[in-house]
Amino acid sequence: MAENESQEKIKEDTQKLLTKWKNKRGALIMALHDIQGLFGYVPWEAMEVTAKEMGVPMARIYAVLTFYNYFKLKAPGKVIISVCDGTACHIKGAQGLLDAFYNCLGLKDGQTTEDGLFHLQVVRCLGCCGLAPVIVVNGKTYGKNTPADVQKIIAEWREKMAETQGV
Amino acid sequence: MVELTQEQIQKLKELGRSQKEKLLKMGEDFKEEVKKYKAAIYTCNATSCHSGGAASVIDAFKESLETMGLSQDVRMVCTGCMGLCATGPLARVEIKGREPFLYKEVTPDLARIIVSEHVAPALREGPDQPLRLSNYLKSKELSLQLPFFTKQRKIVLARLGHSDPENLGEYVATGGYQALMKCLEMKPEEVLDIIRKSGLRGRGGAGFPTARKWEMLAQAPLCDGEKFMVCNGDEGDPGAYMDSCILGGGAHAVLEGMMIGAYATGATSGWFYVRAEYPLAIERVELAIKQAKKYGILGKNIFGSDFSFMADLRYGAGAFVCGEETALLESLEGKRGTPHPRPPYPTQKGLFGKPTAINNVETLANVPPIILKGPEWFSEVGTATSKGTKVFALTGKVKHSGLVEVPMGTTVECMVNEIGGGTSSGKPFKAVQTGGPSGGVIPASHLDMPICYEELKKLGSMMGSGGMIVMDQDDSMVEIAKFYLNFTVDESCGKCAPCRIGGYQMLQLVKKIADGEGTQSDLKKIQEIGTAMKQAALCGLGQTAPNPVLSTIRFFYDEYESLIQQAQQKKAEKQKLQAEMSSLENEMKKLDERKPDSTVHSAACSGQCKKV
Amino acid sequence: MEEMITLTIDSKEVKVPKGTSVLDAAKMIQVEIPTLCYHPDLHPSAACGICIVKINGKMLRSCCTPAEEGMEVITRDPDIIEARRTVLKLTLSKHPNECLTCQKNEMCELQSLAGKFGIRANAFDNITPTPFEMPKDASTKCIVLDPRKCILCGRCVEVCQHIQNVWALSILDRSVKTHIAPAGDSRLADSPCIKCGQCTAHCPTGALVEYDDSERVWSMLQEKDNYCVVQIAPAVRVSMGEAFGYEPGTVTTGKIYAALRKMGFKAIFDTNFGADVTIMEEGSEFVERFVNGNGVLPMITSCCPAWVDFMEKFYPDMIPHFSTCKSPHAIVGALTKTYYAEKIGVEPSKIKVISIMPCTAKKFEILRSKEMFASGFQDVDVSLTTREICRMIKQAGIDFVNLQEERADSPLGEYTGAATVFGFTGGVMEAALRTVHYLVTGQEMNKEDLEVKPILGVEKGIKEMTLNLAGKEVRICVAHGTGNVETVMKRLQEAKEKGEEPPYHFIEVMACNGGCIGGGGQPLGVTDEIRKARMAGLMSDDEFSEFRCSHQNPSIKKLYEEFLGKPLSEKSHHLLHTSYQPIPLYKR
Ligand SMILES: Cc1cc2nc3c(=O)[nH]c(=O)nc-3n(C[C@H](O)[C@H](O)[C@H](O)COP(=O)(O)O)c2cc1C
Ligand code: SF4
Ligand code: SF4
Ligand code: SF4
Ligand code: SF4
Ligand code: SF4
Ligand code: SF4
Ligand code: SF4
Ligand code: FES
Ligand code: FES
Ligand code: FES
Repeated sequence: MAENESQEKIKEDTQKLLTKWKNKRGALIMALHDIQGLFGYVPWEAMEVTAKEMGVPMARIYAVLTFYNYFKLKAPGKVIISVCDGTACHIKGAQGLLDAFYNCLGLKDGQTTEDGLFHLQVVRCLGCCGLAPVIVVNGKTYGKNTPADVQKIIAEWREKMAETQGV
Repeated sequence: MVELTQEQIQKLKELGRSQKEKLLKMGEDFKEEVKKYKAAIYTCNATSCHSGGAASVIDAFKESLETMGLSQDVRMVCTGCMGLCATGPLARVEIKGREPFLYKEVTPDLARIIVSEHVAPALREGPDQPLRLSNYLKSKELSLQLPFFTKQRKIVLARLGHSDPENLGEYVATGGYQALMKCLEMKPEEVLDIIRKSGLRGRGGAGFPTARKWEMLAQAPLCDGEKFMVCNGDEGDPGAYMDSCILGGGAHAVLEGMMIGAYATGATSGWFYVRAEYPLAIERVELAIKQAKKYGILGKNIFGSDFSFMADLRYGAGAFVCGEETALLESLEGKRGTPHPRPPYPTQKGLFGKPTAINNVETLANVPPIILKGPEWFSEVGTATSKGTKVFALTGKVKHSGLVEVPMGTTVECMVNEIGGGTSSGKPFKAVQTGGPSGGVIPASHLDMPICYEELKKLGSMMGSGGMIVMDQDDSMVEIAKFYLNFTVDESCGKCAPCRIGGYQMLQLVKKIADGEGTQSDLKKIQEIGTAMKQAALCGLGQTAPNPVLSTIRFFYDEYESLIQQAQQKKAEKQKLQAEMSSLENEMKKLDERKPDSTVHSAACSGQCKKV
Repeated sequence: MEEMITLTIDSKEVKVPKGTSVLDAAKMIQVEIPTLCYHPDLHPSAACGICIVKINGKMLRSCCTPAEEGMEVITRDPDIIEARRTVLKLTLSKHPNECLTCQKNEMCELQSLAGKFGIRANAFDNITPTPFEMPKDASTKCIVLDPRKCILCGRCVEVCQHIQNVWALSILDRSVKTHIAPAGDSRLADSPCIKCGQCTAHCPTGALVEYDDSERVWSMLQEKDNYCVVQIAPAVRVSMGEAFGYEPGTVTTGKIYAALRKMGFKAIFDTNFGADVTIMEEGSEFVERFVNGNGVLPMITSCCPAWVDFMEKFYPDMIPHFSTCKSPHAIVGALTKTYYAEKIGVEPSKIKVISIMPCTAKKFEILRSKEMFASGFQDVDVSLTTREICRMIKQAGIDFVNLQEERADSPLGEYTGAATVFGFTGGVMEAALRTVHYLVTGQEMNKEDLEVKPILGVEKGIKEMTLNLAGKEVRICVAHGTGNVETVMKRLQEAKEKGEEPPYHFIEVMACNGGCIGGGGQPLGVTDEIRKARMAGLMSDDEFSEFRCSHQNPSIKKLYEEFLGKPLSEKSHHLLHTSYQPIPLYKR
């Protein structure tokens, strides 16, 4: 049914995307980056197609996926909040921001809200330490945050999502 | 590989020679083009400033220049990191005949005012008239006379903030690819010789002499016709972003350095390994490779020589350990980034089993200037054993936080108090942390220490990649040690027991102390684990992971001590309470039973009892 | 000539061939360096950190550091020992203290190291179970993975991926969360695992062990109404002695029969009888395909269940090439509950057949398809590994060494030399050829030709030869260790694609290195030396046999006369043959 269909679609899309990497040396991680870029995570079906197309055992693909922080095995929420806890941000109070997110959304590192809207992840240094502590939400950067800013950010994205979903 | 005929090679060489001419002409054209302008506005659009809204600032500049009819007179340049990221977005106004002027915290509104109240009048009135700036504009000035700027010495960062990272013509106009051209007329050994004389050491952390690494690669025979150069742009150290900015500020310099290395060593192709969290750096590397291919800088018989070279790009995927060279190679091969033992060294058996030299981004970026200006020019800067400059990401509780490049041997004092302008809180300075998760702290008492590989090592820290975090009186050293250890425990690849379990156990002990529940024996255990990890961990990550803890114990023992004392007090009170309770109970029971002695449990049953 | 290198180890000069590791160099001068992750069969993973030594002043791992000219090695000083002790203490701190109830008790490398190092207290808080731990996985009923006991030495992964090329197991996740599991953290039964048990044969701890069926066997023996029958595989007779102090390769067949009889089995049979039947059936099948052109070529042997599983998962297109003949112990099982039951007049439902196998995969085989119930009952009730039966004999307090040798029971206990050589790589092929030669030419092979030298031996993973059979060329290939199969299969597929004649007519595959003598259920600590010794034991057994070809076995002749009719008869097909189905690699 619907699930089967989406599985077939995943397989097709993955197959297309792999033509770029198939015959390149050591390109598994690059291919997985592209897959995650497309689906937001790396679905099992995509792994199976990758295994076949690139001639790499599933065991290695899965081992690679679980080794690197970057890869997700489950679909994350719609709004991905990355809180930097690199040294500069840590010193400047990243923990306070994490606590604030926990208080407001009940989220800890790697968790998604029940409605699937927000996903929180802790990252290590986004390369803009000058703006510490840094939060990135779906690609938009917020610098020099205080715990009070956290509420504002959440409100902003709630509104934004309500709008786009309403349309 | 397809063998080319003599004739084809000749053709390629001719093509190369004409490409060289074309490239040099591009540089000349650029110089001509620039002459047409009366002024320039340089806006930083690197990661930090971009995140701070630089893009809309640039739009505002362009728009108001347009409306004021100044587009033909003022050149708009989006540049790489200008250094003082914390006060970004930054914009520098340069008008011919006048001193450059730097603005901080530029917003689109401020940009419009700058054009109407600074740029336009200055151009109208000519260079002789003094500028009359409003107080508001003056309040947004960032003096270029700050020690933050004057105390720096820029080799690697020279182009950042002064040029357009995407403009190949500009790169060539400022000497780009001329070092490579120069090398191609020399013998590879001569190139090696220059690097050797310069005393350049690896900026990736350990300070291994670059020439020695290259010699090893040069000596290794080709394997299936291949040998590799790898640029290590993984920069996983949290709180360090030098390499990100160097690449983001234009990857041609690094590519040129890599190609010079390849020429000197006989490498046939190169790989950039860049952290996935650095989209800007990735974009710039992609662009540089694309441009270089287009203009015949990468390819066969480059500039008409016998030298052929190709380069490609791969990203990391979020694993600090992949900065370690053997792990990086695994990752480049599309595998888990787990280190493997050396020997064999990568220069013997590296990527895909073939000889490979791995160099840090900053190391490679140093190479073209050394070739162009000579080894002596380079080795004059720095100390006896540490030559040249080093880029640091100065962050934490410091007033001027940002990216700085200083001569080796600059003191901690100068870094923190002059360049950094002291602590941001105004509270007393306590320590700086260098070397990130592999390094340690330098306490205030060592402020006069010159920063170089050897001195840092003596203090139990290390140069690392160049993160430098300033901490003031409020920062707890136990906390910072815990922070770093937490990081390395998370980032341990999990392969070897000393690091996988040792780090985790050590973290539990540090946590226990930080939570006010530790004992002296916990401190001893920390040291025991630390020693074992240094000796028995497989790679640098595990070997250096204890450093932040051991170094804070060394210099801030009293902080640990007082936490332990508190714990003892707490325990004593608890025991007293318990004793009172139990004596009460005892009295009630009026029973004097001997309790069995609870001795230690055996760690693991050896089954000896069964082998009668 | 090999290039030699001189180095000093503990102030003593040693000369070793270039490429020797420091660990091996030390061994040559009787210097023992403790190890945990190293295994001579495998590429060193450098994981445990126990084998550190000082080389020119630097602490390095001896197992993976090649000796170099002029190296100065110190293998013991208080610093080194202290560091090793701490590393061991750390390893123990993430390990349960469960030796008493552990299947590896007394055979565990970690346990014996802890014993040697005299660690008397838990130096660090024990961190098992960590929140990240996976549950025990006994889903295959062949092998059991208990991640809590895993020290992440990586041996199992190395075997499973690189020697077996199955890639069922891999190292997942990282940091303290690192663990061993199939992709997707699937259960082993839902993974590509072929149950070869090589991982259990290489695991230094109790983290990967054979599924223990011994208690089930004891209760079967206890049940008065049961008529318990036992059979031993060819490869068991040369390895079991090791558990009782014999040199590897010692043939202890008579003592094994005696011990089993003492344990209470009513009839002692030998899988070798089944092997002789296999040869009759498989040999005839080959003749049918090769001479009469009925069926595809090459024909591939099917007596190794791990290999069958491998083929069904990885090469389902090869199914038509497989011999349909069951493996020897399955044949003995089916015949016991039919032919033998009739003979002695015992109700087959009362008969329990227990197989003693070198193999963990046989535990799976006895349930793998409906054909394993050909007698109307489960043909083989329990399959035990060599390791399990050794423990049971010790439990029973049987003084194995001083047992009088005894004989097996008739008729399913009589066998030829051809059956014995089934236990090592190349043996099945050799045995088959002896009979095929007879079937095709009507003449016995010359005595000196009986041993087909080019296909014997454990050193080469793939062995090939061409044989002249009544004027026709037979191209033969023998592979062992499933890691070597890929090459062979590729050759077949390539030829197929090009429309060429297949490169072979007859292929033998054994999943384990060396064949069953190196099986996953065999006594631990196997190396190539031991494999060779076990193989030599079986060869001598063959050499001194009265009959050396399966078709000469009088009991076999009788079996066909009295019961089956002729090879490939309808009855044999029903009882002795099976079928294959493609199996997906992962079940989700
Ligand atoms: C855990 C660990 C992380 C490392 N991370 C980096 C890194 O992010 N960037 C880097 O250039 N070198 C890093 N290194 C050092 C590299 O292994 C290697 O020495 C360096 O890239 C060599 O280049 P160089 O000689 O130019 O310094 C790291 C080393 C270790 C042990
Ligand atoms: S020291 Fe740590 S990171 Fe390095 S190999 Fe060992 S476990 Fe992996
Ligand atoms: S059984 Fe024996 S060896 Fe094991 S814990 Fe008890 S006394 Fe010790
Ligand atoms: S694996 Fe070894 S050390 Fe661990 S419980 Fe079992 S016998 Fe003891
Ligand atoms: S039994 Fe064989 S296939 Fe299964 S996990 Fe072990 S080694 Fe791999
Ligand atoms: S299961 Fe056994 S062999 Fe595999 S890694 Fe763990 S301890 Fe080693
Ligand atoms: S192949 Fe192995 S398991 Fe099968 S009968 Fe022969 S020895 Fe036994
Ligand atoms: S080779 Fe023998 S022991 Fe190994 S799996 Fe096959 S039948 Fe079992
Ligand atoms: S530490 Fe947060 S951006 Fe660098
Ligand atoms: S990013 Fe703009 S100054 Fe550093
Ligand atoms: S035996 Fe050498 S590291 Fe384990």
